[in-house]
Amino acid sequence: MNKLQIVLSGIVRNNPTFVLMLGMCPTLGTTTSAINGAGMGAATMAVLILSNAVISLVKNIIPSKVRIPAYIVIIAAFVTVVELCMRAYLPDLYRTLGVFIPLIVVNCIILGRAEGFAAKNGVLASALDGVGIGLGFTLSLTVIGAVREAFGSGSVFGQIFISGDGMLIFVLAPGAFLVLGYLMVLFNKLTAKMKS
Amino acid sequence: MEYILIIISAILVNNVVFAQFLGICPFLGVSGKVSTSMGMGAAVVFVITIAAVVVYLLQYYVLVPLGIDYMQTIVFILVIAALVQMVEIVLKKVSPALYQALGIFLPLITTNCAVLGVAILLVQKQYNLLQSVTFAFSTAVGFALALVIFAGIRERLELDDVPQAFRGTPIALITAGILAMAFMGFSGLV
Repeated sequence: MNKLQIVLSGIVRNNPTFVLMLGMCPTLGTTTSAINGAGMGAATMAVLILSNAVISLVKNIIPSKVRIPAYIVIIAAFVTVVELCMRAYLPDLYRTLGVFIPLIVVNCIILGRAEGFAAKNGVLASALDGVGIGLGFTLSLTVIGAVREAFGSGSVFGQIFISGDGMLIFVLAPGAFLVLGYLMVLFNKLTAKMKS
Repeated sequence: MEYILIIISAILVNNVVFAQFLGICPFLGVSGKVSTSMGMGAAVVFVITIAAVVVYLLQYYVLVPLGIDYMQTIVFILVIAALVQMVEIVLKKVSPALYQALGIFLPLITTNCAVLGVAILLVQKQYNLLQSVTFAFSTAVGFALALVIFAGIRERLELDDVPQAFRGTPIALITAGILAMAFMGFSGLV
């Protein structure tokens, strides 16, 4: 598999949200607007790239019996780094995303890629896998956020295109489930059409 | 009165699944049958309540006095993972019947973000020990409630003729969305 393929497969064929269906909590919880979704995606991507690269570096040193706790410590360390950076430089985004930033630790995408990819591949390939999966996750979150923001408040990325009150339900909790559900239906329809 | 407010708020108004989006993976994954969802719900109630006590003591008697509360995330996740293992071992010895009922669900709970989420929230909300336990217990009961209701609906959904593209997760998510709308009706309570 060449380098470009690794990146691309994370975006479409192994899309973490629509195909692998991993990391549902932040997907539903933080996508109230396009910018929040993108921010959450970027934070997850940063952790994913760093942890994939480091785990790939140390994979031969760690005894296989204690590898999962070791991976979790590495991931948790990077989550703490990202958390502190966001608190310092992006305090507003940090407040909106709230508890979901420390919860990146238990995002199954990250441990899944550590175990499934980084533990078997070289440093560069693992980092690129992190870029691909991270981009796929960020893209999905941004799309979900954009749809919810468009219906809920008539704007995308804060750019208002219909003024007045939107359908508030899309920004509230039920909207998260509904939008993700219907987007998945759309994704299934499109991929089924591409296959046939 | 304060405790009743915490209980009602955690179970109904700020339901962990429908309002806070924590523990979605087991919510979608283990909600196929009512009986298994009850087992999972009970296991979560058990683990979250114990985890709340341990995390509270750790935060206020170890991390804060040592001035290393920025290590919160790393310490909490490790302690929760160890705790789940320990609960499993102790349960196996002390109460084999309970272990039979909850055993298979316990390893799944380590990656349940509701456990870590509740641990972080109770520190954020600056609850005291009794409030923390009440909050953790009722949040877990809210999770169990959501899970059992959802499993009941999904059992019926199995028998329905769902369009091809909607099968599996999409229809489950849309159902959860409608349930979340129902739970929004509680928002005036507290």
